Amino acid sequence: MTDILFILFAVVAVGGAVGVVVGRSPVASLLFMVATLASVAGIYVLFEAHFLAAIQVLVYAGAIMVLFLFVIMLLNLGHDYRADLRYGSWSLLSLVVVGLTAGVLMQGFSGDTGAALLENGATVAAAIDAAVIEKGAVGVIADPLFTDYVVAFELMGLLLLVAIVAAVVLAKPRGAGEG
Amino acid sequence: MLTPALLLSAALFVIGTLGVIVRRNAIIIFLCIELQLNAVNLAFVALSRYTGIEGQLYVFFVMTVAAAEAAVGLAIIISIFRHYETVNVNKFNVLKW
Amino acid sequence: MTGVTTVESAVTALAGTPPLTAPPLAVQEAASWEPVLPGLIVLLPLLGFAINGFLALRAAAVSSAAVRSGSEWDPFAGAATPATHRLPTLVGPGVMLIAFVLALLNFIGMPDDLQEPVVRSYWSWIATGDLRIEAALQLDQLSAVMMLVVTGVGFLIHVFSVGYMKNDVGYPRYFSYLNLFVFFMLVLVMGSGYATMFVGWEGVGLCSYLLIGYWFSDREKSDAGKKAFIVNRIGDVGFLLAMFLIYQAFGTFDFGEVFAGAEGGLATGGATVTAITLLLMLGAAGKSAQVPLHVWLPDAMAGPTPVSALIHAATMVTAGVYMVARSSVLYALAPVSQAIVAGVGVLTALIAATIAIQQYDIKKVLAYSTVSQLGFMFLAAGIGAFTAAIFHLVTHAFFKALLFLGAGAVIHSMHHAAHHAERHLDEQDMRNMGGLRKYMPLTCALMWIATLAIAGIWPFAGFFSKDEIIWYTAAWAGAESNPFGALYAVYWGVALITALMTAFYMTRLMIMTFHGANRTGAAGAAHLHEAPPVMTLPLIALAALSVFGGWINVPEALQASFAGLFGALPMSEWLHHWLEPVTHAAAEIQVAGFGEAAYSAPLGGGEVTWALVSTVAAALTVAVSARLLGTRKYVAAAADSGPRAGLGRVLHDKWYFDEAYDAVIVRPLLRLSRWCWRFIDDVIIDGFVNTTAQFARLAGWIMSLFQTGQVNMYAFVLTVGVLLVLGTTVFLR
Repeated sequence: MTDILFILFAVVAVGGAVGVVVGRSPVASLLFMVATLASVAGIYVLFEAHFLAAIQVLVYAGAIMVLFLFVIMLLNLGHDYRADLRYGSWSLLSLVVVGLTAGVLMQGFSGDTGAALLENGATVAAAIDAAVIEKGAVGVIADPLFTDYVVAFELMGLLLLVAIVAAVVLAKPRGAGEG
Repeated sequence: MLTPALLLSAALFVIGTLGVIVRRNAIIIFLCIELQLNAVNLAFVALSRYTGIEGQLYVFFVMTVAAAEAAVGLAIIISIFRHYETVNVNKFNVLKW
Repeated sequence: MTGVTTVESAVTALAGTPPLTAPPLAVQEAASWEPVLPGLIVLLPLLGFAINGFLALRAAAVSSAAVRSGSEWDPFAGAATPATHRLPTLVGPGVMLIAFVLALLNFIGMPDDLQEPVVRSYWSWIATGDLRIEAALQLDQLSAVMMLVVTGVGFLIHVFSVGYMKNDVGYPRYFSYLNLFVFFMLVLVMGSGYATMFVGWEGVGLCSYLLIGYWFSDREKSDAGKKAFIVNRIGDVGFLLAMFLIYQAFGTFDFGEVFAGAEGGLATGGATVTAITLLLMLGAAGKSAQVPLHVWLPDAMAGPTPVSALIHAATMVTAGVYMVARSSVLYALAPVSQAIVAGVGVLTALIAATIAIQQYDIKKVLAYSTVSQLGFMFLAAGIGAFTAAIFHLVTHAFFKALLFLGAGAVIHSMHHAAHHAERHLDEQDMRNMGGLRKYMPLTCALMWIATLAIAGIWPFAGFFSKDEIIWYTAAWAGAESNPFGALYAVYWGVALITALMTAFYMTRLMIMTFHGANRTGAAGAAHLHEAPPVMTLPLIALAALSVFGGWINVPEALQASFAGLFGALPMSEWLHHWLEPVTHAAAEIQVAGFGEAAYSAPLGGGEVTWALVSTVAAALTVAVSARLLGTRKYVAAAADSGPRAGLGRVLHDKWYFDEAYDAVIVRPLLRLSRWCWRFIDDVIIDGFVNTTAQFARLAGWIMSLFQTGQVNMYAFVLTVGVLLVLGTTVFLR
């Protein structure tokens, strides 16, 4: 059952990703992207990362993609069908390089990569599952986040604040609100 | 199930890379970057099953960075669009030799 | 026996001053005598330098401020001379007088039985690894004599300078240099090791350069300074190499330890000691203007005349002789070096004397005379008669300083005459002088005393010292096992002839300057005058020393033969006995090697005979040449172009030494330098640099092609980079 679901999600994810790259309209690309994100969220669930799956759908597929959509509509690019794919030798060259990269990555990931990992994978998975039962799906992430990684977490908050200020300043029409 | 997940992650990543290289629309390029980030997130989540909960924490951080990047990046795109009336990156080529 | 005590004292000296923690003024237990403020003697001239230097800087500031405002500053224009030009009169000679008094107190207080030098260590100058050099002064009989000469003659010349330099704009600068020179000279003669000596050695070289080029706005004079400096550097290379060898052989620079080590550890005539002494001689030849490095000294006459008297006649140029005498033990161990030193000395004496015969510039004659006399000193030092070398050094300081200062008075007077003459007048050319006796009788008389002294006529100072050198040459030539006996005999003959040539050229100088008809011209002659008392009083003092100075070392044979004349003197050969503690070690080595000196000359006859012969010959030379030259008609410089052909021409042109150096060294060096500039520098080095720059530019241009402004392109290149990095990590795992 899990395998079938994984294959299903994987196919949708890859298909969506290809759709993002080849989609003519920005809106189409965006929708393909939402499909990919949703599939990836599904795979998160298969890996027992329920909280991340929820965040993925809420924040990524929801908030961020909607932000993209807003921008597309704001700039009135929704009907811009002009082809902006680079064809010809450039694409061919890119395909070669990217294909090579893919090959290298596959080579790196397959083989004996996981032998050691898989060995103690069962105990780690069991520990995580136990923690999930004890603290709940949110608590199992929140606990280290607010203890061991609290500095990083605070920095994240600061980063978001800076990003908000920067976005406001950059997006503000020139001359507006000055003085 | 680790290896298939990693392979899927690699596939998504290279597709995203291809998109960054071949597309001219700045928003699509942006989407492709998000796709690359997501591919990495997937690898993190898959590996967290075998190494510990920290993998999921990193995904959390990556999402935050992605959100911040989206906010700033889109603001930049809006700003550029105001100036050039286009989001085609071919037209933004003043920064060169 | 002597060697043992020296070693012992050296060891105690080492143990008595532990490194770095040594208390200043560590007292050596070997000597009970307490010297009188030896450090202050050295420091006083330095203090004078500091004060005068400060005044000179003040004067320079005022002067340059005046130049900036478009005018020219004349310190002597106003009614009152500014303080910067009044104070040096007091400070310059003042510190010298105090230093001289202190030196005299030390000299008088020095006990007769002092066998070892008294060393005063002030601080540890260099302490690194095994090398330990103390900033230390040493007092012994030799440095006491040198101190007296330096401060005494130096004081008289400072006083003379007050009159001579009175109206010079750089008055405070002049005295600061002069004081600095005395400081370094005292460090040179009082330093307790080769390293300390080298500090003084270089310091006096620097001051010599500064003072030769004192009137630096004159290109010719500043060039002369540079020439002196460069030629001295050639000698210094020898000195430095010798110091390295000394360190290698003995592990120390301290005189006491080096000589103790040499006496006990080095074989007579060994390669090490011969190399050390020959290299030291190169240094000495540079400083003391010996052939072939003598060319700088005549040019050094570009400096003010008192400087010529102090530095280039009385003190600095004798540093080489002092150094050889100080290293007497090393030289006694190297008979080959001794023969070479003596040979260089006698050759220098001869060549310089021949050149002096045909010079017209009064200072040039004296300069070559100085070179010649330095040659005599080297001859003495070379044959092992170190006392005779120091003796001649002392008497020469007296009469040569007197001659230079007298010449200075003449030039001073001629300068005023030239100022009023209707035509350009070279104030140093003897052809423009003549008959000055009428205008400056005192100077004339005093210079005649010095002339008789340098000519070696009894009873003046030069007679005793020069005669002693010639006699010892003869005596050592006859020593039974001297391998260079025949060579020494030749030296003796040449020295005798050179002594007579000295008498001749000095007489020529006197006749051309003071006798015969006046050639200055009527307009100028009216302004010739005797020098002021501040200049003539030092002359009188030096004249007295030139007369009586020789009596400090009357040979025993002469005292015995002429008891009536010398009976009043407390003892014969006083200087010889005085320097005995310094020289006896060398003397013993020499006697062990050569056997006892003979008591007859190569041609037979004893010391008294040859003393009589040489003084009578010298007197005859003076008398005959005075008569012959007195009747000769000289023409003024403007109408005369010197000897046109033959030997006279060669002598007048100084044996073409400068021309030869120019052709053999200077011009090939210039060509080589030009080639280095045009080829090595311009083509190779600049070419390399430029090619590198071009390559960087090309690489930059190529790389800039990737800067298309296309984001896709950047992403592509980035991906290629990632691919490479990833590929290597994956496949090279």
